[in-house]
Amino acid sequence: MPVNAANRDIPTRIDGYGDTAGKLYEGPFARKPDARRSGGRIRASVPNGGSKVAGGIKDAISAAGIRSGMTISFHHHLRNGDYVVNQVIDACAEMGIRDLTIFPTALFGIHKNIIPHIKSGVVSRIMGSVNGPIGQLVSEGGMDTPVILRSHGGRPRAVISGEVHIDAAFIAAPAADRTGNISGRMGRSACGSIGYAFTDAEYADCVIAVTDNLQSYPISPISIPGIYVDFVAVCEKIGDPAGIVSGTTSVTKDPLRLLIAKYASSLIESSPYFMDGISFQTGAGGIPLAVTAFMKEAMRRKDIRASFGLGGITGYFVDLLKEGLVKKLMDVQSFDLDAVKSIACDSDHIEISADWYANPWNCGAAVNMLDVVILGATEVDVDFNANVNTEADGALLHGIGGHQDTAAGAKLTIIAQPLLRGRIPCVVDRVHTLTTPGQVVDAIVTEYGVTINPRRKDLMESWQEFNCGDDTPLVSIDELADRARGLSGSMEPVHTTDRIVGVVEWRDGTVIDVVRQLES
Amino acid sequence: MLYLPGNNPNMLLRGHLFKPDGLIIDLEDSVSRHEKDAARILARDVLKRGEFGKCEVTVRINGTETDLWREDISFVVPQGVSGVRAPKVETPQAVKDLDEEISSVESKSGVQVGSTKIFCLLETALGVWNAYDIAKSSPRVTAIIPGGEDLAADLRTSRSKEGTELEWVRRMLIVAARAAGVDALDTVFPNISDGDGLRREAGFVKQLGFDGKSVIHPSQIPIIHEIYTPTDREIDTAQRIVAAAKEAAERGLGAVALDGRMIDAPVIRRAEFTLERAGQMGKSENRG
Repeated sequence: MPVNAANRDIPTRIDGYGDTAGKLYEGPFARKPDARRSGGRIRASVPNGGSKVAGGIKDAISAAGIRSGMTISFHHHLRNGDYVVNQVIDACAEMGIRDLTIFPTALFGIHKNIIPHIKSGVVSRIMGSVNGPIGQLVSEGGMDTPVILRSHGGRPRAVISGEVHIDAAFIAAPAADRTGNISGRMGRSACGSIGYAFTDAEYADCVIAVTDNLQSYPISPISIPGIYVDFVAVCEKIGDPAGIVSGTTSVTKDPLRLLIAKYASSLIESSPYFMDGISFQTGAGGIPLAVTAFMKEAMRRKDIRASFGLGGITGYFVDLLKEGLVKKLMDVQSFDLDAVKSIACDSDHIEISADWYANPWNCGAAVNMLDVVILGATEVDVDFNANVNTEADGALLHGIGGHQDTAAGAKLTIIAQPLLRGRIPCVVDRVHTLTTPGQVVDAIVTEYGVTINPRRKDLMESWQEFNCGDDTPLVSIDELADRARGLSGSMEPVHTTDRIVGVVEWRDGTVIDVVRQLES
Repeated sequence: MLYLPGNNPNMLLRGHLFKPDGLIIDLEDSVSRHEKDAARILARDVLKRGEFGKCEVTVRINGTETDLWREDISFVVPQGVSGVRAPKVETPQAVKDLDEEISSVESKSGVQVGSTKIFCLLETALGVWNAYDIAKSSPRVTAIIPGGEDLAADLRTSRSKEGTELEWVRRMLIVAARAAGVDALDTVFPNISDGDGLRREAGFVKQLGFDGKSVIHPSQIPIIHEIYTPTDREIDTAQRIVAAAKEAAERGLGAVALDGRMIDAPVIRRAEFTLERAGQMGKSENRG
């Protein structure tokens, strides 16, 4: 069996995916594009062409000519409050449409309603993140074809390069007008940025805006202009606001997580990047948010201003913007109400597409401008490889998100997490699934201290210079793995069959790893 | 010193990472009656691992008025724990009983007899009244500590933000501790989200003369350290006093002046204590 550059066994052919020759992972920046962009169908409109409002979702499906075997796409800005995926798949099932490939940016627990449609053959293939119950189904062999996992940057790359052709894109629209101008910033289902949907709108053969908030023409501001949109479908509710955005995001009070965040913040402060104009992405999790809080203190103390904050944006980042500690926010996904309100009214809070955010094959993704990113992982190994897809029991329960893209783009990539989750070690000898290779991970921070990748001698030196006392311990990766093993004991290996149920692509479209079906 | 619930493996294994001076594994109030056995086993196993960084480790056992304390001692003393914290001590006899039991367990388990210290929690009016006698009742007694909630209840009052109800108790315990030659450690500050209140209280008890303070949450540790760590100026003055005293001794002088002030034995002792706290005397006892 061929072995890729990350030392993972990848079969020459994967049923439901195809031949892997020429598609094996070669290195984080090895594969370069050599082609022209693909594109969607060219459409024309005529003066006074009238309204694009097709009626309800079924009417839009009919009008769009969606047939069995097509590929339809969705975006996940409505997160676990999304009603659009379920409504569209239910409608397709009722209309007798089968064998669909769905191409969501991510599926959540709320989408478990499509499990019966997977079993009945309405949905035959998923290309996208499968969080929660659908991931569990896939892990146990519940689909005939493997799920294809791509990063936030890898997905638009696959569309633009023609690896994935979208027949119809359904865009959940918190606000739309009759010509299909779309905004995520207003309405009862407001979600702020709808950056993941931009590429789908530009490249799909047919684009359907699904809204519960039809406004008079033209709406303002516009995220996706109607020039890309074929039809507008109106439904009662596109989502549940409680599941779309959280209220006020607050910093964790868990002392252990705060300790990890403090160490991570110290590492950033010690790095050569902690200077005026620093840029960073910290995300919305407990530890990253606390890192942001500690960095805020350090920035004030040293009178430093950041040039921009990137990625999923929280109210905490918005506060930094308002205080002038961060000059701009580049937002592909707004996590909470404060972020939604901010992007609606502050011109320094910029909505960006996933392509702009993270695609390795364009002329300059925002991730390449990042100084620092704080990430998590379900496990990391002694080679600094990270797994964010499978859990300790081998179940495929998480998507890649922007993990690969930001790790590859940032000058300092930190994975901050507790050494153990419950009794499960998070630092192991070899990750079960490889998502992000150690070549692009610079440091791991746990409650036991800071662990710097030996290839970053510069970081080691700056750390030792900064932290001349024993305030924050420097721990080697082998010591960390030993400690985890000592605390938890040896873990029983995950038992899988040979059948491949998931393909993990590196952001350039090569296969970095595969996920195998769990033994029943 | 940081209290860790005896039934919480997560905190027992990681408490030292927050860098307190000491850890107190609690088998008493934070462990419900039906979990006492499990907590003892857990405490024993964690003590066996012995991974506590630079922390001194003690165990708060159940009170001598219960039927639990002897078994607590049988689990933790053989592991070579630094000391036991005995709650609700009211009389010298209670300490003598503890001393006898600990000696018996030390002897059977090969631990040096007399090496396990006793920290006495005085949580009733009677215990506070007997403070000096309790402190003198055994050479194992290394510190006396006023109670908090229990003591306030026994005094028929409640804990206030200002700590008025414990003020006299604290003053008395300092005198008793110093007279008996043991440490005085302060009780916990229960409101973990009131950093300013903790800072105020810690400053007050430090000024009274307390050697340290127990905490119930890791977030309280930096505040106690901030209060108890000497400032650069204090360290500088202490270093100069110790140096001047050393020079005077070498020259055979009984007393010497520094910055126009006579340096005598009490001044030198205070300076040495300041340097001990700052970790600059080459030896630093774990206190607080």
